[in-house]
Amino acid sequence: MENTADKLSIIEPKKGWIPIDFKEIWKYRELLYFLTKRDIKVRYKQTVLGGLWAIIQPVFTMIVFTIFFGRLAKVPSDGIPYPLFVYAGLLPWTYFANALTASGNSLVGSQNLITKVYFPRLIIPASASLAGLLDFFIAMLVLGVLMAYYQFLPGIGIFLFPILVGLTFMCAVGVGLWLSALNVEYRDIRYAIPFLIQLWMFVSPVIYPVSMVKEKYQWLLAINPMGGVINAYRAVILGHKPVDWTLLGISTVIIILLFISGLHYFRRMERTFADVV
Amino acid sequence: MNTPVIKVENLSKQYRIGERESYKTIREVFSKLAKVPFRRRNGSKSQSEICNSDLGTIWALKDVSFQVRQGEVVGVIGRNGAGKSTLLKSLSKITEPTRGRVELRGRVGSLLEVGTGFHPELTGHENIYLYGAILGMDRWEITKKFDEIVAFAELEKFIETPIKRYSSGMYMRLAFAVAAHLETEILLVDEVLAVGDLSFQKKCLGKMEDVSHEGRTVLFVSHNMGAVRNLCSKAIWLELGKVNCTGKVEEVISDYENIEVNEAGNIWCNPNSKEKDEIAYIEKIEIHDEVRKRRNSFLSSESIQIAFTVHVRESNPNLKLGFDLIKYGDIVFRSQQVDSPKKIKNLSVGKHLLTCEIPPDFLNNGEYLIVPQFSIHLIRGLIKEKIPVLKFRVKFDSSRSEFHFVLNERNHPGSVFPMLNWELE
Repeated sequence: MENTADKLSIIEPKKGWIPIDFKEIWKYRELLYFLTKRDIKVRYKQTVLGGLWAIIQPVFTMIVFTIFFGRLAKVPSDGIPYPLFVYAGLLPWTYFANALTASGNSLVGSQNLITKVYFPRLIIPASASLAGLLDFFIAMLVLGVLMAYYQFLPGIGIFLFPILVGLTFMCAVGVGLWLSALNVEYRDIRYAIPFLIQLWMFVSPVIYPVSMVKEKYQWLLAINPMGGVINAYRAVILGHKPVDWTLLGISTVIIILLFISGLHYFRRMERTFADVV
Repeated sequence: MNTPVIKVENLSKQYRIGERESYKTIREVFSKLAKVPFRRRNGSKSQSEICNSDLGTIWALKDVSFQVRQGEVVGVIGRNGAGKSTLLKSLSKITEPTRGRVELRGRVGSLLEVGTGFHPELTGHENIYLYGAILGMDRWEITKKFDEIVAFAELEKFIETPIKRYSSGMYMRLAFAVAAHLETEILLVDEVLAVGDLSFQKKCLGKMEDVSHEGRTVLFVSHNMGAVRNLCSKAIWLELGKVNCTGKVEEVISDYENIEVNEAGNIWCNPNSKEKDEIAYIEKIEIHDEVRKRRNSFLSSESIQIAFTVHVRESNPNLKLGFDLIKYGDIVFRSQQVDSPKKIKNLSVGKHLLTCEIPPDFLNNGEYLIVPQFSIHLIRGLIKEKIPVLKFRVKFDSSRSEFHFVLNERNHPGSVFPMLNWELE
């Protein structure tokens, strides 16, 4: 038997803020991979349409929105054809909404794992949010088609795209950590999530452009963390405007705060999950 | 190695019991709502912040301390609710202790449930990787052992089918096959062998034996005393969250079974070593039916057998073994082996099983006590310490006669109820 003295681990009750154990998360990185893979595989098993579902949701929403908001309500769209305009916003929004729902319910849904196996619980909402990225990339294909159709080319800011994806992910995980941890003890959250997401969409510039709001009030839109981000997505993908750094900056700060506070709250509640879920 | 691989010091775990009471006033709702994200839990001082009424708490574990050295296979036994699973959960880091400290030297593999995380939509192949990852195995480790795992589970043909199509036996074989290939230094196993058919259980036990021979340290919770005896060198007996005793497996198990005994009432194992110095001693007394099954309650139409396991060291023609049958404080009869028409006398040196049969259709409805009698005739008694008492119940067999339905102790008195012969002239 090899010397196991250096593999000493201590179990003790902990109090207060608990630092995040990055080494441990790295040790369990393969589990993160497998759980994400499981979520993805399971999504479309035994379905006929399979991956097409990733496209159907944003595309049909786009069609309905174009008819009712674009044509009938005549919502302005910064000079861009409405379908393209709204789709460019729907793409990140759909990912965010799905990731948030998945991660918000992830802990309660993994009850059987949490009560029987040990691994850093952070992996659960993280894998729930990661799984949605596949759908995001599939839906991006439609964006490409739309852009080709309307003859739009991405702006120079396109290098910012991956960063924006990262910010969206961080926002989904940050809020997801709060919601999933709260959901374990207060099951109200499960019912609040769909309603929260619906309202949140209207508060974000998905259907309408930021320019619809008076300039001096535009920063309010950025307090919604997805506000500045979605606006930046459009600027970067469609190249019709320069990126609004102020709005993006405000949103980024809010996202970082949400993420860090979410991590800390989650870590603090983590030790009670197995007892309460 | 001298340092213990598992060292548990004053491990304690407190649980809240009962449902959360609903909030009483709107003011309380809002004031508590504001504090929600900052509420502390489990055992800290904020009891007053929690709802007015006391929800009640229990200590699932209280000041549990023990040590396990490398290579030891330790059984954890106790009744349901004793805290065995909580102990394993605490050592697995699934639930945090309220107090106390645990030191673990080595990687820990926990088997608290078979097939945790299996997803029905995925194939056996995919689930092996998923489950292996959940248990903490590396991907390359799983790949290396993949064929072995499939062979152990005997599922070569079905490995690419979604497991929702598996029978429960296949499911369990797959899960156990993966778990059996865990190579952690410390293994915590919780009654997973309780499920499955006989051949599966045998296979699991076989694998557990291999594990113990490999020098790994195992903590094994089980109700199967046979398995515990076979696999473990040491045992820990938990009762209501506390350690009742630890020690060599045989001693702990016999203590445990002895206590179980007195409550069941139909078996008694002699805990006394003093009597082993006498010329003869009773090792065990059991009450069972014709097919040797231990019972607590008999129908009046059944025969009741009292079985004595006796060790004779020195043959003596005056040895008398028997019992008094007592009903509600009164002795019904005394019967000893020397009274038997078969004239059993002069027991030779060695171990003997003496069985007395109380015939069917003899006893009345109610509770009877057995008090053993063991002596050398007119010289001395052979039961030294506290005399044990066994008990059993008799119920009327209503199929015997339509009148038995309405009979009970009050309207049909008597210590015995023999079916005597009646003739009509």
